[in-house]
Parts: sequence; structure tokens; C-alpha cells
Amino acid sequence: MSEIILSTEDLSKHFIGKSSLLGKIRGKAPLSIPAVDGVTIQIESGSTVGLVGESGCGKSTLGRTLVGLYPATGGSLTLLDRQMGIKRSLQERRLVQMIFQDPFASLNPRMKIRDMLTEILLFHKLVEKERVEERCVELMNLVGLPVNALDSYPRQFSGGQRQRIGIARALALEPKVLIADEAVSALDVSVQASIVNLLLDLKRDLGLTMLFISHNIAIVRQISDRIAVMYLGRIVEEGPTEDVFNNPQHPYTKLLLSSVPKMTPGSKLGEAPTGELPSMQAKYLGCRFMSRCPIAIDACKATDPQLIQVSSAGHLAACINL
Amino acid sequence: MSTNIIRGKSFTKKLNFNGNGSFYFGIGLITFLIILAVAAPLISHFDPTGQDLLNTLVPPSRQHWLGTDQLGRDVFTRILYGARIDLTIGFAAVLLPFIIGTTLGLISGWFGGWFDSLLMRIVDTTIAFPFYVLAIALVFVVGPGPKAIILAITLVGWVAYCRIIRAAVLVAKELDYVHAAKLSGLPTARILRKHLLPNVISQAIIFSMSDIVLSILAIVSLGYLGLGVPIPTAEWGSMIQEGQAYILQQWWIPTIPGLMVVVTGFGLSLIGDGLVKRLNR
Repeated sequence: MSEIILSTEDLSKHFIGKSSLLGKIRGKAPLSIPAVDGVTIQIESGSTVGLVGESGCGKSTLGRTLVGLYPATGGSLTLLDRQMGIKRSLQERRLVQMIFQDPFASLNPRMKIRDMLTEILLFHKLVEKERVEERCVELMNLVGLPVNALDSYPRQFSGGQRQRIGIARALALEPKVLIADEAVSALDVSVQASIVNLLLDLKRDLGLTMLFISHNIAIVRQISDRIAVMYLGRIVEEGPTEDVFNNPQHPYTKLLLSSVPKMTPGSKLGEAPTGELPSMQAKYLGCRFMSRCPIAIDACKATDPQLIQVSSAGHLAACINL
Repeated sequence: MSTNIIRGKSFTKKLNFNGNGSFYFGIGLITFLIILAVAAPLISHFDPTGQDLLNTLVPPSRQHWLGTDQLGRDVFTRILYGARIDLTIGFAAVLLPFIIGTTLGLISGWFGGWFDSLLMRIVDTTIAFPFYVLAIALVFVVGPGPKAIILAITLVGWVAYCRIIRAAVLVAKELDYVHAAKLSGLPTARILRKHLLPNVISQAIIFSMSDIVLSILAIVSLGYLGLGVPIPTAEWGSMIQEGQAYILQQWWIPTIPGLMVVVTGFGLSLIGDGLVKRLNR
């Protein structure tokens, strides 16, 4: 097992609403939404972890908490053996970078690509002033864009090209961990493939560690070494990608995987999870998935299942029926 | 990948002259007015305040292009010199509110909290206050003249910019490029200046064009009320006010200064409309 680069212990992020004056007088607690509620995960250096789940399950919130856009409200987050506080040092910020979902919102429309890259390169003193130009060209080559792209504004590019610029910006900071938050879901299918290939190349060449957040299970399967399945702010199953795909343990994972259309003719769609994702505001004593679980028993109401080792090594699932 | 998609458009294409002709017409009109104002002594050899009591109220002629007023002053010359006063105060009275309002709106929208709440209540109060009451009070305190007018317009005008910028910042600060700037660890001041400001300022610039028209109207109105630039200085508002007694016989005396206000407003509106098209893409 290689070294763990990023790990969390019971990490949670609750969004606390503002309590009204009347609510304060009546002593009502402000609205609290536990978007991420006790996530424990370990990411090995150089590996890619895929994070899947329905929309609204807290995937993006987890990603944004890991990069430090949201302060965590509980638990701990360790990066390279150092525990991250609310405030991160410049160096710590630099080491975890993010690729955003919407390539049309993630680039400053009034800044040339060169200025965008130069600003962060010089601010972090990553290269000498004389070498900035050289480094910019290097980054363009790395993400497969022509050098003259440097002197253009974001509006002159297509979605896929913009996403490449977003990747170049993240790589400019020489991060250890890259968090790709639905990085390809806003793109055309043909462009998705080229961005996925780019990420695979970069991972191989630069030894990047990546958390790939997506609801597209097929892409996650292609890109990830390990996969984590999230449900209502918790991770319910985690393990090596092929292990999880071929031998899913948690009832939610089974339903999620069977809802993916298959390419073989005549195959039918499996049963999809019924109903909507329950509210995050509700308090859960027992298992969160109980309301939609096909194999729920009475004991599920009372016991909150923890991740336990199942079948092969490193394959964990949280269900008391296992 | 073909390179011409990436390469910037040539300068002339960027100007897009054909698609936005009214914008250039507006710029031409205002430039023309500014040239008239600056070159006033070269265009007319009359003194704008020089009286000629033997030649009062003469109709337009070769010598007096727009005739003379009740004191024998050349109306055309007074129009030119009036443009100097009105355009200068008009632009100056917008610059200060623009800077103050933009800065406060940026800070208020970004940080929020008690500062934002306090500032927005001040904005509400200012908006509720009738402008001319404040202006007249200030003129009495400071004394009539450009200073009082600029002060009065500044005290009231900043709130519009503050609101516009604050609203734009509230939207923009949740966009991913701002998040990305935060993630790169850039200091807040730099994020505000380089990443947020260039993206929110266009609305304020567009509004400032119509605001110049409004402040020129305010100057003219105050001039009309006798609270503007003290007579005998040539100024469009006081020219209208002094000329209104002669509107039936010598209609050109009050009408031409009024038309000048209209033309200035028209030109600035065209520029404003053109900026909407150019900045919001």
C-alpha cells in the first residue's frame, strides 16, 4: 500500500441557515442541512478515486470541503500528514486544486489565458519571472492547446477547450491532489472522451492523485482505481473499482449499478431506486437508505450501519444485512 | 484544431462598425459638442458676457448667427461657452459618485454582514430623500456655483452605483472563476480588483451614460431656478430662464439652449445603448 495523501475522519459539512429574530426568541434552532455527514475516506498517492451518487447526495459539497472552499463543520481532514484547519496556508491551498463542472462559469471572461496563468505562477513564485512564458507554453502543450491560445479570451473557446484551460490553470499550481467535480458532465459526449483521455494521460505522466466526482457511472468505471458510493451525505460502499462493479455489496450500490443501461441487445434495465432522495433535514437514527431499501428489516431502524470490511481486501460497505 | 478559431479578431472587426452605427453616431455627436466647447474662443470672437445695449434682441443674422439676447449678448457664443460649464459639471458630477458607489458596492456585496445591512439602510434613506430639496439646501450652505451642484449630485448619485455593483457582485461571487481565484490563494483585494471588478463594472458604466444626462438636467434645472452657476456666466439653464420672457417674439433665445440639452442627452443615450451591446456579450 502506498502512502495516503489525503484522508478524512468523520468529516462533515452542515449548512446552517440564518435563524430569524422570532425563531431566536422562541428558542428554535436554526435550519441545519447535513450535506456531508461523517465521511471517512483515504486516498492513496497516485490513485484515482471515483465518487458516485445521485444528485443531491453531497458529492460536490464533499469535493468543495476537501479543497477548502467550504469550511468543515466537524471531523478532521489530513493532507500529507498535516491536519487542515479552517485557514489553510498558501502552500496547503496550492496542493489541492479543483476542476469545475461548468467550463463557461469557471474562467474569468475578462482575462486572457496568459494573464490568468501568469498571475498565479508569479503569486506562488513557482517560476522565475523570465521563465513564466516558457511555463505557460509548457502548460498549453500539456493540455493539448495551441500556444496562440494564450493570447485569447475565454469566450473565443469551445466548452471542451475551456475545460482544458481550467485543467491548465489547476496544473499551473503544481497540485498533489486534483478534485474533478463533474468535470466532463457539461460537455458533449465526444468531447467528454477526449477530456477523460487527457486526465488519464496527465495522471500517468504527472503521477496525480485524483478524486473524480461524477454521476456518470460508465466514465467513473473507466477512470478510477477505487470507487466510493455516496448516499445522503455518507459513503455507503467503497472498494477497488472492478470489485465494486462485479460484486456490489450494499443494496444501494446494486440498484445504482443495475440502473445503468447496458450495451448488449435485448438487455433490460434493472430496477432503479424508487422514489426521491429523502430530505437531508430529517434526523436519522438508523440506516439512511431504509426508506428505499428492498431488503430492509426492523433492525435497520435502530442501528446506524458503519463501513465494514466485506469479501475481498479493501472493499467496505455499510449495511447490517451483510 | 484550426488556428483561426483561436486567433483574436483583427482590430477593425472588433470595432464592428456596421453593427453598432448609432454608438459611433453618439460618440461623434458628443465629441462634436466637446470640440465646440473647447474651441469656443476660436469659433466666435464675441465675449459671452459682453453686453451691447444698442443691439439687443436682434434676430439671427450673418454677424450674430443666433441673434442677441435682451442685453445684446451673442446667443451663439453663450451657447458655446455654456457647453463648457454644463459638460464639465455633468461629467465631473458623475465621476465622483461612480467611484464612491462602485467601491462601496464591491465591499458591501463581497463581505455582506453588518456593513452591508448598514450601508443598504443608508442607501434606502438617500433614495427616499427628494433630490432637489437636498440640492437647494446645499446651495444655501455652500453658496451657488459648480461646487454645490457637484456636491449635491455626489451625495445622492452614489447610491445608484452602489446598488448596481452590489447586485452584480452578489451574483458573480458565487461563480466558479471567483472560487478558482480563491482556491489559488490570491488575496481578497486582488480577487476584488482583478477578477470581480472587471466583470461587474459594465452595468455601472452603462448607467453612468444616462446619469450624465440626468446630472446635466439637474444643473440646467438648478440654473433655471436661479440656484446654479451665478449669472452672468453663460450656462444653458440660466439662458432658458432669462430667455423665457421673449419666447413669443424671439423664440430662439430660450429654445436653442433647450435643444442643446436634448442633443447632449440624445448623444449620451446612443453611447449608453451601444455600450449595452458591446459590454454585455
